[in-house]
Amino acid sequence: MQTALRTSLSETEFASRASFAPHARVVREERPMQISGLPLSIRGLRKSFGDNEVLRGIDLHIPAGQFVAIVGKSGCGKSTLLRLIAGLDKIDAGSISFGGDVQPEDIRVMFQEPRLLPWARVLANVEVGLGRDRASKDAHARAEKALTEVGLADKRDQWPSVLSGGQKQRVALGRALVSRPRVLAFDEPLGALDALTRISMQRLLERVWRDQGFTAILVTHDVAEAVALADRVLVIEEGRIAHDVTINVARPRQRGSAELAGLEGSILSHLLSADDRT
Amino acid sequence: MSLIDSIPLPRSLRLPRVDGLVQWIVPLAIIAIWQVASVTGFVPVRVLPAPSDVALAGWKLLLSGELVRNIWVSFWRASIGFLIGGSIGFAFGLANGLSQLSAKLTDTTLQMVRNVPHLALIPLVILWFGIDESAKLFLVALGVFFPIYLNTLHGIRTVDPQLIEMGRIYGMTDGELFRRVIFPGALPSIFVGIRFALGIMWLTLIVAETIAASSGLGYMAMQAREFMLIDVVVLSILIYALLGKLADSASRVLERLTLSWHPAFQKR
Repeated sequence: MQTALRTSLSETEFASRASFAPHARVVREERPMQISGLPLSIRGLRKSFGDNEVLRGIDLHIPAGQFVAIVGKSGCGKSTLLRLIAGLDKIDAGSISFGGDVQPEDIRVMFQEPRLLPWARVLANVEVGLGRDRASKDAHARAEKALTEVGLADKRDQWPSVLSGGQKQRVALGRALVSRPRVLAFDEPLGALDALTRISMQRLLERVWRDQGFTAILVTHDVAEAVALADRVLVIEEGRIAHDVTINVARPRQRGSAELAGLEGSILSHLLSADDRT
Repeated sequence: MSLIDSIPLPRSLRLPRVDGLVQWIVPLAIIAIWQVASVTGFVPVRVLPAPSDVALAGWKLLLSGELVRNIWVSFWRASIGFLIGGSIGFAFGLANGLSQLSAKLTDTTLQMVRNVPHLALIPLVILWFGIDESAKLFLVALGVFFPIYLNTLHGIRTVDPQLIEMGRIYGMTDGELFRRVIFPGALPSIFVGIRFALGIMWLTLIVAETIAASSGLGYMAMQAREFMLIDVVVLSILIYALLGKLADSASRVLERLTLSWHPAFQKR
C-alpha cells in the first residue's frame, strides 16, 4: 500500500537501497546515478550580529547532489552560512531557495558535537531523526537500517556514554540520515576526532553521500579534508565567497596523491595570502 | 573487546555484597562500644541507658502497640507533607524554569519567603491551626517546598541548550521537547532536591511533634522525658535515624532506576 503511494523520488531511493550489495556498488563507482538531492540557490545573503556584519552578500548556486566544502579562517562566517542554510538562524537580507517544496525532514544538520540524548539508548537516539514520523510503525525498522548503514547495528541498546567519540558521531550521522534528507549540512563534524577516526569517518561520509545522493555542504577548517571529499571548495573571506574551486579528481580518491596535495596547497595559499594582507 | 568486558565483571559481582555489609560496620561498632561502656559503668545509666535497655523498651512499646501507632502517625505526616510541599515546589520549579513571565512574577517572592526559617513560623502556625494535623503538614510542606523548587528550577535552566536546539531541529513539539529532553535533563538535579528535602522533612517533623502534638514519635519522646523514661527518649532518637536512612535509601533506589543512563550510576 505504502509503496504504491510513493513518488518517483522514492523509487530512486529503492534503487539506491538495492545497490547496497557490494557488486552493485562497483558498477556505480563513477558518480551517484540517482540524485535525490535538492539544488540550492542563494541570492544576496546578509547576516549581522549586532554591529558585526558576518555575511556581506553571498551569491551561490549548488546543483542537486553536489558535495560542497566551505573553508575559511575562524570567524569568516562559514558556520553562520551553514546555520542559515539549515534554517537555524533568521536571514537579515537575501534569500535561500531549494527549488521547490521542502519538508523539515529534507534538510538535516550534523554538528561538531554529537548532541545525543544521554538518557536515550542508541536506537532511540537515531529514531529522534525521523522527525514527525517518530510515531510511525516502521520507526524502529528505519532507525535500525540507518544504524546498520553507519556500522553500529550491534550498539543499538547501549547508552551513548559508553561509546567512543567516533562512535557517537556515527550515531549522530545515522540520526541525520534516517529521514533520508535531501540536503545534509555538516558543521565541522569531524573536528573533535583523532586523525585515524577522522579518516574512517571521511570515508563513511563519502560512502553514504554516494549511496544516497543528497546535496552535501561541509564546513571545515581542514583543507585536506575539503579537497579529499568535495566536488567543489568555496573559500570564504570576510563574509564573501573569495574563491570557488572545482575539484575535478576521480573517485575513489587517493589520499595524499600529488593532485590533491597541489589543490590543497593552492587553496591554503589563498587563505594565507588573505592573512598577509591584513 | 572480550578483555575489556571480562575485567569489570568480577568486580561488579563482588562489590554490592561487600558494600552492603561495610556500611553497617561503623554503626554496629558504635553500639557495641556503647553497650560495653554502659555495662562497665563507664557511662551512668541515668545519662545514657545501655543499648540492650533501649531495645527492651522498644520491645515493650512494640507489644503494647504504642510504638507502631506512633511510627505510623509520624510516617503518615511526613509523607503527606512531603507530597504536598514537593508537588507544589516541583510545579513552581517547572513553571519558573520554562516561562520567563512566571519566573518574573513569583521568583522574587519565593526567594524572600525562603529566607525566613520555616521553623520560626511555629508560633504563628499554632495560632492558625492549633496542634492539629494540619499544623504539622503545613510545616513539613513548607520545609520541603524550597529544596525541591530550587533544584527543579536549576535543573531545567541548566539543560544543555545544544540538546534543546537539536530537539527543535528534529521537529519536536513543545510537549515532546519537555518529555524527551528537558525533563530527563533536569532529573539528576531534581533528585538532589528530593534528598535535601527528605532531610528537612524529618527535621521539621521532629521539631513540630516535640513542640505541639498529641501523637507521633516526637510526642512519644516528650512524654517519656516528663516521666524520666530516658530509654524511650533514646529509642525515639534511634528510630528517627533509621527512618532517615530508610528515606535516603528509597530515593537512591529511585535514582538508580531512573538515571541508569548516567555514567555515575553505571557498573556500580
